[in-house]
Amino acid sequence: MDGTRLLGFYEQMLRIRGTEEAIEDLREDGQVVGSVHLSCGQEAVPVGVVAERSPQDPVFGNYRGHGWALACGAPPENVLAELAARALGVSGGRGGSAFFSAPEWGFYGENAIIGAQVPMAVGAALAARYDDSDRVAITVFGDGAANQGAVSEAFNMAGAWKLPVVFILENNVYSELTPIADMVSDPDLSRRGEPFGIPGLRVDGNDPEAVADAAGAAIRKARAGEGPTLIQADTYRIAGHYIGDAETYRDEAELEAARRAEPLVVARARLLELGVPAADVETTERRVEEELKTAVATALASPPSDPEKIREHLYA
Amino acid sequence: MPETAAALERLTYAKAVNAALDRALESFPEALLFGEDIAIPGGVFGCTRGLREKHGERVFDTPISETGFLGAALGAAMVGRRPIVEVMWAEFTLVAFDQIVNQAPNVRYVSEGRLQAPVTIRTQQGILPGSCAQHSQSLEALFAHFPGLRVAMPSNPQDAYDMLLAAIACDDPAIVIEHRSLYQKAAEVELGGEIQEIGGGRVLRRGSDATVVALGPMVAVASEAAETLAAEGIEVELIDPRWIAPLDIGLIAESVQRTGRLVIVHEATVTGGIGAEIAARVASESFWALEAPIERLGIPDVRIPAAPHLQQLLLPSAETVVAAVRRTREAGGEA
Repeated sequence: MDGTRLLGFYEQMLRIRGTEEAIEDLREDGQVVGSVHLSCGQEAVPVGVVAERSPQDPVFGNYRGHGWALACGAPPENVLAELAARALGVSGGRGGSAFFSAPEWGFYGENAIIGAQVPMAVGAALAARYDDSDRVAITVFGDGAANQGAVSEAFNMAGAWKLPVVFILENNVYSELTPIADMVSDPDLSRRGEPFGIPGLRVDGNDPEAVADAAGAAIRKARAGEGPTLIQADTYRIAGHYIGDAETYRDEAELEAARRAEPLVVARARLLELGVPAADVETTERRVEEELKTAVATALASPPSDPEKIREHLYA
Repeated sequence: MPETAAALERLTYAKAVNAALDRALESFPEALLFGEDIAIPGGVFGCTRGLREKHGERVFDTPISETGFLGAALGAAMVGRRPIVEVMWAEFTLVAFDQIVNQAPNVRYVSEGRLQAPVTIRTQQGILPGSCAQHSQSLEALFAHFPGLRVAMPSNPQDAYDMLLAAIACDDPAIVIEHRSLYQKAAEVELGGEIQEIGGGRVLRRGSDATVVALGPMVAVASEAAETLAAEGIEVELIDPRWIAPLDIGLIAESVQRTGRLVIVHEATVTGGIGAEIAARVASESFWALEAPIERLGIPDVRIPAAPHLQQLLLPSAETVVAAVRRTREAGGEA
């Protein structure tokens, strides 16, 4: 087995983690305010899925979307600037942490209403019937969102019409602050699509290669006109639901176990096991660290979002 | 200049809607038309009849999933389509309010114009004999509350045609609220003229004694009231705002400057109705022109019963409009 692919994934996961940690620091400094949802521990999912997307494939995400935007290619400085209310932000500071988009990179937006983006992705897939784009729409939502009506409605339309859409269910164990297992009769949410004619599968969501393999197959299938797939990526959110979450719903032992199984730790060990020289791994780590230092500086050097423009873009 | 030669045709309001949709599907290759029972069945009110046959799979039926298909309309719009969606009853929009309110009007603004959502929602509302409390409400003020949404209330067949086309051609999300009682009203309609811009009210009758602003089906009611008053020598200026977002407040204010009196009549509940906004704007911007308190007519603050004789007790009528105009003449300054 060749470590090149995994090293690439590792670098991308480091970039997401590093950006999330930078956001946490900026939040402490007061440069970032408001509700912030970090994706620490879940990096393998966006990295694996996005590796398999083509440029015409839009990604519709949720409020825990920093990592997805970065995986799509949005530069960290633009994401950081967005959260820091700077003009350089991917949405000029209008989206904030939970509701920005970066369509230049195929990221059609986070969404602060749980599950709302899922029917939108179905619409983008539907559009592919009319525009010869060969588009496959990708949408990500959490285990909690699986309990929203919008998601079931979207499943039904996608299944009934065999639309080119791939549903990524990021199962991070908690539906916000409540264990998902307490909120469903069957914790295997990959079966949620079955009544709608959508085959489902589960994948190790902490393994970017496994995620990429599953997503790649689903995307190819959708592009070939064979309809949607639901992929449940099992992962774990080692960050709080939001910065400041008291985390009364889990204990330290559970978190410790999760930290040993989180994707960066696992990928690093695997790289060494595959014979990738430690020096190469460390070089990658330093490069990302340096890159993010520059990104933070660039973001903070940007002027604040321009008050003169506050009324612009409300209407065409 | 008109892009095609205009032709006059006598059409019902429903057929005028149909003609606008037909032209939109013809003119905009990116247009899609969908909703519940609209394609093969042709719509429960017949507004979309024949369009599937003529335009093929760009016209299609959806499951009964308002959130699902309105969300899909937005997603399709964000990647370049121009969806026109029918929501069968205005109350069904409430099931999908998230997509209409939290999603659609935010697309352009929050992305700094990098994305847009040119979605047109057609729906219909209003009290008709026997309509139940969940199929009777006039919801326009809800939509007008949200910046980023365009809200149209055509009151006649010509406007049903023109305003729907304007909404579709516009790159913003728009909601066109038709009134079920108007669908079978017929008039000469000029088809094929230049597609209008969004917005703009209309003075339907000139007068200097009082301004009456009427919306949707209340235009005909107010018009009848104006006839009665004219026989008594009271000349009413009748205004149909047509669009409530953007609201042509300038047209109303200019009229009140001359008449000093304002009566607003709509079928929506008085509390929080669009009449409240019009009254507030006139009171703050044209206060010194007013010679009498502003009158608002609408459904009083009760639920709407299905029994026709009870419904009649709630609806504004020509008589109640006449009485309201008279009150403005009797109050305050020299009448």
